[in-house]
Amino acid sequence: MIKRILGRSGWSGVFVALVVAAWGWAVPAEAATKIIDLRTPAGHRVWFVREPALPIVSIELGFRGGTELDPPGKEGLARMVAALMDEGAGEYDSLGFQRRLEDYSVSLGFSVDRDAFRVSLRTLTENRDEAFRLLGTALSSPRFEADAAERVRGQFIADASRRNQDPDAIAAKAWFAKAFPEHPYGRSSRGEPETIKSITRIDLKTFAASRLTKSGVFVGAVGDIDPSELSFLIDRALADLPAGPAESGPVNEVIAHTPGSLTIIRHKAPQSSVILGLPGPKRNDDDFYPAFVLNYVLGGGGMTSRLYQEVREKRGLAYSVYTYLSPFRYSGLILGGFASVNDRVAESLAVVKSELVRIASEGLNERELADAKTYLTGSFPMRLDSNAKIAGTLLTMQMDGLGIDYLEKRNDYINAVTLADVRRAAVKYMKIEDLTVVVVGDPQGVGP
Amino acid sequence: MTVVIRRCVGTAAFVAFAIAIAFIPGQARAVDAATVVQFTLANGLDVVVIPDHRAAVVTHMLWYRVGGADDPPGKSGVAHALEHMMFKGTRRFGPGVFSASVARHGGSENAFTTPDVTAYHQTVASDRLEMVMEMEADRMRDLVLESAAFESERLVILEERRGRSESTPGGILREQVAAAQYLNHPYRLPVIGWAHEIRAITIDDLRKFYETYYWPNNALLVVAGDHTADSVRALAEKYYGALPRGPEIVRSRTQEPPQVAPRRLEYHDTRVGQPSVQRSYLAPSSTAGEKEHSLPLLLLSDILGGGGTSRLYRELVSEKKIATSAGASYSGASLDLTQFYVYVSPAQGTDLDTAEAAMDRVIAVIRENDVTDDELTRAKKNLLASTIYARDSVTGSARLYGRVLTQGRTITDIQEFSSRVSAVTADDVKRAAQHVFDLRRSVTGRLLKGES
Repeated sequence: MIKRILGRSGWSGVFVALVVAAWGWAVPAEAATKIIDLRTPAGHRVWFVREPALPIVSIELGFRGGTELDPPGKEGLARMVAALMDEGAGEYDSLGFQRRLEDYSVSLGFSVDRDAFRVSLRTLTENRDEAFRLLGTALSSPRFEADAAERVRGQFIADASRRNQDPDAIAAKAWFAKAFPEHPYGRSSRGEPETIKSITRIDLKTFAASRLTKSGVFVGAVGDIDPSELSFLIDRALADLPAGPAESGPVNEVIAHTPGSLTIIRHKAPQSSVILGLPGPKRNDDDFYPAFVLNYVLGGGGMTSRLYQEVREKRGLAYSVYTYLSPFRYSGLILGGFASVNDRVAESLAVVKSELVRIASEGLNERELADAKTYLTGSFPMRLDSNAKIAGTLLTMQMDGLGIDYLEKRNDYINAVTLADVRRAAVKYMKIEDLTVVVVGDPQGVGP
Repeated sequence: MTVVIRRCVGTAAFVAFAIAIAFIPGQARAVDAATVVQFTLANGLDVVVIPDHRAAVVTHMLWYRVGGADDPPGKSGVAHALEHMMFKGTRRFGPGVFSASVARHGGSENAFTTPDVTAYHQTVASDRLEMVMEMEADRMRDLVLESAAFESERLVILEERRGRSESTPGGILREQVAAAQYLNHPYRLPVIGWAHEIRAITIDDLRKFYETYYWPNNALLVVAGDHTADSVRALAEKYYGALPRGPEIVRSRTQEPPQVAPRRLEYHDTRVGQPSVQRSYLAPSSTAGEKEHSLPLLLLSDILGGGGTSRLYRELVSEKKIATSAGASYSGASLDLTQFYVYVSPAQGTDLDTAEAAMDRVIAVIRENDVTDDELTRAKKNLLASTIYARDSVTGSARLYGRVLTQGRTITDIQEFSSRVSAVTADDVKRAAQHVFDLRRSVTGRLLKGES
């Protein structure tokens, strides 16, 4: 388990142990600490780290199933539910609930991505009782009153209209539509004005009743609280959730359809925004870590990446240029993007493509691999720099099946990656002929 | 105020509650204000150490007391362009060496330019403090500024400007409103610079600016994290202490004349998806104008437009249903007079005039009547709770101290923050509202769909 240096508290132990592993320092005298694998009396599993340095408790809940499960024609439903969960519940109307949260300085948030619905609660330890009670009320008795629903609907429609004029948003939406023509990932996750208009109160209630169920919940928690009290508060907050199945679905596995196409969407702007992508590894694929290292060197590593050097530093072609792995539950992607002035975007695209070809044929050199490893292992503990982020990681570890020893082992996985592994991943994923590109703007000299 | 961040896309979150991270008696276990130490080296470099031993991590942050509002006349964007060029290497450490060293050790780094300051920061494992301090001190006086590197970086800055300010109608209007708000003060200029002036900057402009402002006696070093005052002092003496003191620096900025005429702008753009109206009022900051209003204004902005329970949101969005969003924002953290913003986006079927008139009625009511005890208590709680949550990160502490101290305020101001918040009365808020809501000192900016 994770080591802790005496006299330091909580996540400092996580940090020190990992850095020691990465850099081979001497390990001081230690007392062991660990992620506590709690099983509450009601049977909920909670991964918990006790952290007494600040008088705060942070918890994160997750339910499987995100925007991908929005019924066709009702895109935007999951996000609308998330927006309405704190707009009136139980005995409180919208304003009453909001005021109650403020009166107790409780931060409660609901969010949804393509694969999961998440809930974050942060409270001062002294207000924990009321905070968890409000969490339970919001989860099990959301009101979805017409008044609040119409207000949020108006905001969503306004947001959709605005995004339909935003070059980056237009490009991303077009890329997903292209890559997933017959899969829910290809549909709008935020909804369009007309789909948002078609969402009814029954849709909202059905979503909450069928998707936010007792057996489907995952929990991560960090903070200044006794584990048995935490268990009690969690059980009480989740007591009134419906039983229901652990998962809603099904959604099919899918490989992105990337025919090596170029799509140009004309839009009035001085710059062209470009989104490009390829199929990539899913989170538990064998080649995830080799691809992770490869991506760091190609375009994931901020100002040290090859794309940053070639596109920005050497040629001044863009302010930002990046790539990242996007491992969804049912499909893996490698995505990237940049924006360049209309009459130079063709040159930027050519440079990016030639870097993809180069990394596919040559892989990395020893120095790049070594530097990537020291960055990725050294920065990992520093990224976990707040209770809230650690709680989120404890949740992700459970939902992605990473294992309770993940924090301890993760840097070993990175350090085990060899040049041959990266080479294999590069050949497998960096297929220039598949590269699918969307350009939004008034580009000159791009494509036919 | 505009904040330009070199490598992150987005705005600086810390501006909104820049005054944050106060210390609430009896609860300050992670960072204790009493342990914060301040000293000055013989060459004039101010140093602040904020010990926080929760983790073996340290944030090293060097602040120069110079920003976009100090750009030479006709050369907007020089301070920001120099910030970009600070990453191009010194005689000792060539191009990219500093960044690569930070990355190789798992650290993160960035820099930003505001109208008032330019800051460079790294977060690294605490035993790597010496490495980043050596390199940061080195580039204070020994930067290599070459034309070829600048020509390429100029293109990057122009791309940054296109993405940040020119590609969206909202970005264009924001610049126009600021330019109209200030008749004479350089806050009217975008920190990133006007495009034609970015094109006109020469390498000599950058050299001159660097030579004028980048000295220890014009800088503040903030180190937050797993170090002690003694260990930081020893390293600071070794690296920064070796640099010579520079000439005395006088910052003189043209100031505003009395503003007597309300200004109204309309920007039409075919790309507008959602019309809106915003109003900017010239406002005191915590160090300029009638600064006693600054803290009450912070609470006023929360009560008027700080979220779902605020007056603007409640009345315009929740009750009258004539808007999809409405709010207010204010940050007292600027050297000279700042801006208090209110904004509203009408709901479908409501025109902009109706929305603006409704916004004005809410402002008139809060100007003429006391806020309720409930509202004031809630706003104070929000402000103080946000300060506890903000203490969850060492970088947050470093930013707060740097921001406050480069504004000419003191550690005592930070320590007394919570008691000063508690002491604000409804009458203080009303007087602040009456002071700031003066149309003669305002700019109204309207964003409309149509041909420009």
